[in-house]
Amino acid sequence: MQSLVDLTTTVNGTRYEQAVEPRMLLSDFLRHVLGLTGTHVGCEHGVCGACTVLLDGESVRSCLIFAVQAQGHEITTVEGLGTIDELHPIQEAFREAHGLQCGFCTPGILTTVVPFLDQNPNPSEDEIREAISGNLCRCTGYQHIVDAVQLAAEKAQRRSKQPAS
Amino acid sequence: MTKKLIGERVLRNEDPRLLTGQAQFVDDVQIPGLLHAAFLRSDWAHGRLVSLDVTKARERAGVVAVFTAEDMGEDWEPGPPLVSPPPTAKDVVFYSRRQVPLVKDKVRHAGEAIAVVIAESRYIAEDAVEDILVEIEPLEAVVDMERALEADSPLVHDDLESNLAAQLFQKKGDYEAARKEADLVVKRRIVIDRGAAAAMENRGIVADWDEKSQFLTVWDTTQAPISIRNGLAARLDLSENQVRVIAPFIGGGFGPKMMMFYAEEMVIPWVAKKLNRPVKWIEDRRENFYATTQERGQIHDVEIALSEDGHILGLKDMFLHDTGAYDPYGLTIPLNTQCHAMGPYDVENFASEVRVVFTNKTIVTPVRGAGRPQGIYIIERMLDIAAKELGIDPVEIRKRNLIPPEAFPYEHGIIDQAFAPLILDSGNYLPVLQKALEMIGYDDFVKEEQPRLRSQGKCVGIGIAPFIESTGVGPYEGARVTVESSGKIFVATGVGTQGQGHFTTFAQVVAEQLGVAVEDVRIVTGDTAEFHWGTGTFASRGAVVAGNAIHAASTVVRHKVLELASKVLETPEEELELEDGMVRVADIPRQSISLGELAALANPLRGAVEPGTEPGLEATAYFGPQYGATAFGTHAMILEIDPETMMIEIKRYVAVEDCGTILNPLILEGQIHGGVSLGIGNAYYEKLHFDDQGQLLNASFADYLLPSATDMPRIEVGHLKTRSPLNELGTKGVGEAGTIPVPALFAQALENALGDRQVEILESPLSPNRLSELLQGENAE
Repeated sequence: MQSLVDLTTTVNGTRYEQAVEPRMLLSDFLRHVLGLTGTHVGCEHGVCGACTVLLDGESVRSCLIFAVQAQGHEITTVEGLGTIDELHPIQEAFREAHGLQCGFCTPGILTTVVPFLDQNPNPSEDEIREAISGNLCRCTGYQHIVDAVQLAAEKAQRRSKQPAS
Repeated sequence: MTKKLIGERVLRNEDPRLLTGQAQFVDDVQIPGLLHAAFLRSDWAHGRLVSLDVTKARERAGVVAVFTAEDMGEDWEPGPPLVSPPPTAKDVVFYSRRQVPLVKDKVRHAGEAIAVVIAESRYIAEDAVEDILVEIEPLEAVVDMERALEADSPLVHDDLESNLAAQLFQKKGDYEAARKEADLVVKRRIVIDRGAAAAMENRGIVADWDEKSQFLTVWDTTQAPISIRNGLAARLDLSENQVRVIAPFIGGGFGPKMMMFYAEEMVIPWVAKKLNRPVKWIEDRRENFYATTQERGQIHDVEIALSEDGHILGLKDMFLHDTGAYDPYGLTIPLNTQCHAMGPYDVENFASEVRVVFTNKTIVTPVRGAGRPQGIYIIERMLDIAAKELGIDPVEIRKRNLIPPEAFPYEHGIIDQAFAPLILDSGNYLPVLQKALEMIGYDDFVKEEQPRLRSQGKCVGIGIAPFIESTGVGPYEGARVTVESSGKIFVATGVGTQGQGHFTTFAQVVAEQLGVAVEDVRIVTGDTAEFHWGTGTFASRGAVVAGNAIHAASTVVRHKVLELASKVLETPEEELELEDGMVRVADIPRQSISLGELAALANPLRGAVEPGTEPGLEATAYFGPQYGATAFGTHAMILEIDPETMMIEIKRYVAVEDCGTILNPLILEGQIHGGVSLGIGNAYYEKLHFDDQGQLLNASFADYLLPSATDMPRIEVGHLKTRSPLNELGTKGVGEAGTIPVPALFAQALENALGDRQVEILESPLSPNRLSELLQGENAE
């Protein structure tokens, strides 16, 4: 057992103070220490993108970061996006467009798409494909994922055009 | 009549949980006191285990135990044969050699498990694996299939005379006689290499033995939880009712999770029982490349005999099939290859011999497609070459040979993977071919667009490939459908689910019968505590076999509902209708009763019931097809090759499918898209490179390339419907269809794009590098 390091971090709005081994991956910390098992681990070498989470709003691979590197940062995982009864609009779009099958890669794709659509609210199909090209999916052939991102963007555009009531 | 739900684009019931991170996968299981396992695996593909010293590992702080084959004592035994060889087929040679839980004497592939460390955390377990001292005396590895069959080859299994695992010859008609009549005989060697299934979720298993209740609970990333339960009970000397196997949400299966009794599946439950502690093992991606089964390696010597007008007179296919270090899955894959080598064509004379070969490589079991893509590749390649030699249009030669619609059921006269006669149940092949031609604009492209693009120096090509897919095989599946007192419906079935949308498609089948909302049908799949009869999710059979069992059970429940409602409402059954969770008298909507109230009435707490009465509104039913249903389709594509880099861009991709009755078109399209994606990987990106010592050189996602979003084209899907006569719903499977024709289609389109270059593509997978080499070879000659 290596000596422990104190870690203070905020995950999905909740502040955690925890002593962890310096070698513990952020993905393992989220999944096995905090019990936030929505973040999935597919390759542990930063290629598949399933473990993507938001670190201060930016997509990062939680399998390539040590938990201690999250010191003082704010993390958002898939559990922080929406709930079963109140899906995030992007989650809603994934359901409507059948943008998932086994659902294993989905949390990482959602946490990639959230900041992407913030930065590019009206993307072309090519831009969407580029944005998710670092996330592997073996089930969908990506087509319905692309459709889902387009749908989410369209819905957001429509919402923003509606006059405030 | 109840609202029509089968065939509707219903959104998935399972999605809200999956989208919010609330769906339980195996690695999400947490139990107090859970221990973690890590395996020591062989660095060598072939070698003798000389010594193994685990002392230091056992001494490491946080390590609870280390086990070797020796420690397993009399409990050490190889896995059971998953699929037995055909006992009745004539002249079959089959040597069954099954995988072992931990290596005892000899290592037979790189990555084979030698010892297991059990520790307080996975980190400590992996540290302790490094503490183990292992000495392996390397032996020459058996890698190449042809070399493996030479008399002086080293042996994978020392007790056998050679590396021949099996041999099977099948024939119909008289090929040699047909050959004599032929105007053209084309002979080629075709080589197909291995790929990985690469589900995004690696394998994993959690086992929890409760000494006080004498009960074992196992969570397993398996496509066959019931068989795992029965096998574990036998191995651990428990009653089947003392073991519960749960296949929860599974992150993709694609075949290898159908393999039964991986080493880890034998070891982890045994350890949990031995230590009386819950134990978890989760495979990492590197282990997945070495220890999870793979497929496709075959070498074919093919001959096709034709008349000058392009009619196939006969086909002869002698081939080798690589089974890896062991052969637990019997002859399923090579039999599928034989059964698809004639494709959708009327071939009267056929001769095929397969020789299955042991090699020092990872075990081979079906991967989405399961021998079928190889069969289709063979026939489609041979037809392309024959068409060129005869000067016949490639589409025309196919049209001339399709089995005509009046010929169904079409009995082929050979045996299929179930050792039953191969019969194509139904089909109408020409319309799907025509539809694909129309959708891709074949004539326009060939006559106008291609010449125009070529004149601009562009290297563009088109391909079109019809195919068949045997699906929905037996023996059977079952389901139990229950109306609960809430009025909601509970359904349990034995098949596991890995992303196919069963929680929705099965619910549609039930909801249509019982007049409830799809979201009010709760489905449990793959939990032996809920349903313990069945075989598993494989061979594109879930929607066909389990789907029809669920339909049958729902039909019985519907009768029970109507019978009881008729008594309560004092109205003849034929005047009742089921809608919105209510039974109503047709013309008097106010006179009604809810399903929930009926369920309560069917389960009285006091009073007497009539003799022979069964409580509840519940039924269990089974479905076993007479034989498999055969789906079919045609895919077409237009691609462009960059002549500098050999990178390709797929300009158009059309998939026309006929899988009989469609349960949910949205889900069906998703299945096709995913299948095509794997097929494109098989055709142009994914190859497992083993060196001459049996070492896998590209065991990571950085080196083994899966298609990404920028590699995939938009796929245009078309449907036609030819109902299967073999089941009530008229369904055929579609899970593997998308994958099957893609390598053949790719080869055709590439050759077409290369135009006048004298390159014949006789291998798969290709890659930009390999295509470049082939073209350089042409220049050298």
